[in-house]
Amino acid sequence: MVVSSAAEAITYPAVGAELDIEGVSHAFDIDGAVLPVLDNVSLTIAPGEFVALLGPSGCGKSTLLRLVAGLEKPRTGTLREDEVRIAGPHPSRVVVFQDPTLFPWRSVWDNVALGLEAQGILKAQRHRVDDVIELVGLSSFRNAYPHQLSGGMAQRVALARALVNDPKILVLDEPLGKLDSLTRIAMQSELVALWQRKGFTTLLVTHDVEEALVLANRVIVLSDRPARIKADIAVARPYPRHRGDPYLADLRKQILGLLGLEATW
Amino acid sequence: MSTYSVSDASAAAAPRAAVTLSNLSGSYGVGLAASLAWLAFGLSCLYWPDVGDWSRTGSLGIGAIVIAAFILFGTFSADYLGGAGGALRKRAPWLLAFGAFVTLWELATAKFAWLPLPFFPPPQAILEVYTDDLPKLLDSVFASIKLQLGGYIIGATIGFLTGVSIGWSQKVGYWVHPVLRFIGPLPATAWLPIAFFTFPSSWSASTFLIALATGFPVTVLTWSGVASVSNAYYDVARTLGAKPSFLVLKVAIPAALPHVFVGLFMGLGSSFAVLVVAEMIGVKAGLGWYLQWAQGWAAYANMYAALIVMSLLCSGAITLLFRTRDRLLVWQKGVVKW
Repeated sequence: MVVSSAAEAITYPAVGAELDIEGVSHAFDIDGAVLPVLDNVSLTIAPGEFVALLGPSGCGKSTLLRLVAGLEKPRTGTLREDEVRIAGPHPSRVVVFQDPTLFPWRSVWDNVALGLEAQGILKAQRHRVDDVIELVGLSSFRNAYPHQLSGGMAQRVALARALVNDPKILVLDEPLGKLDSLTRIAMQSELVALWQRKGFTTLLVTHDVEEALVLANRVIVLSDRPARIKADIAVARPYPRHRGDPYLADLRKQILGLLGLEATW
Repeated sequence: MSTYSVSDASAAAAPRAAVTLSNLSGSYGVGLAASLAWLAFGLSCLYWPDVGDWSRTGSLGIGAIVIAAFILFGTFSADYLGGAGGALRKRAPWLLAFGAFVTLWELATAKFAWLPLPFFPPPQAILEVYTDDLPKLLDSVFASIKLQLGGYIIGATIGFLTGVSIGWSQKVGYWVHPVLRFIGPLPATAWLPIAFFTFPSSWSASTFLIALATGFPVTVLTWSGVASVSNAYYDVARTLGAKPSFLVLKVAIPAALPHVFVGLFMGLGSSFAVLVVAEMIGVKAGLGWYLQWAQGWAAYANMYAALIVMSLLCSGAITLLFRTRDRLLVWQKGVVKW
């Protein structure tokens, strides 16, 4: 195990952590009724890997992300980050949500600084905030307030706010879902570039099959609620990928079939 | 080419000339009228004899004529006076209306007594209060400010802390919420009789009542502000490594601040009411007491004079609160301008 993870670390020259999801089931109590959302999900993600979770709407993908983030505890099963059990939120696993959820009372700079401030290390490491704002290309907006930003810019700030913590696992909950299609394509390339540069492990939830195929090393297809793993598909294609690549088109057809949508092909 | 440019130039010049002309007659006209209104006020003071015995009629008339001269000078040199000139131009209609009002007031009271006399004193009688009774009036102003400020700060602080605690902790909410529901809606003035014999001094009793009147709206609004903070903010902060203290101080409270300011504003309004009543009934100082005292002596000019001061103070306090809010909440769009 140790040997293989070391081998992986060489494959991805990375700071990423290994993520182990083992026999995880989860359910919600809604008005006295138990609503199962995850059914015995097991998944191992290698350090530095980019994994996309695809599944029908409401199948429990986002719940799985909340468990990975440590915002909730699973009813059964365990989640581990680098062999250490996940018991609560930690800045090594940062989530970027579908809504940027920037704090409207903080400027761009202060929003990005949030993590370092919460951990009490901002004073010594202010340059990290500047660097990451530079990285997402928003240096001239560092003093702007969230209401002055466009949707794409706000989501970039949210990304910077996550990245400033140098996360080992970046958890993305449909982060591009609400952007217009052009901004979305541009942000997909930026995301791949950031991931390749930083080497964090990435877990992405998306509705968009094409997005999953353009971004991820591996695509996990989930079933209807309660979610089970239906397929685990490797996307063995170098970056940058092309949307018209026949190999990806083939995979897309196969995945749409798994999701019960082959008629749309 | 040349014909085009000529016609273009004349077409462009014509409306511009019209604009400057209308500007001229507009701004200068109103300024001139305002100056005339104040001149009329001054002359009306000086021309007719007073129907009563007031000592400041002459100086008021001269003062009004000086103001008229200032307005006249300011109107025609507004372009060279920078910001002050612009401000004068903007307020010229108000100066005109106010000048006309005081002229009418002067005529209706001091000169022809169209309004019944001791109840409607003329402007010079009020001026006389400001010049001759100034020390007493100032003492009252300071006493009121001291009482109001003390009670308001205590009430706002306690209300804010209580609101945050109820909004944050269910346990605190369980115990405090029923008490709040029972005591809060009671008008603070209803406590007056009890407060005045349970507290050691009328000053401490009044402070308590003002604090109570302030505290209730501040508590409720702070509480609702904290309770309505979106869970998404807490999720974000928690994944970034925030501890509970960070969640309260850096997430819940800033997010609740717009609500808190509504509570502070409402508390200010209800505490003014309590202040005046407390001063009229128990405390032997302050503007409320001054009003009461003036009424006892049928000194109606003093009452109007005190009312004007009180209005300026209350309005000033609200302006101060709104300025503070605008500074703290610059991140909000479209806040109400006071």
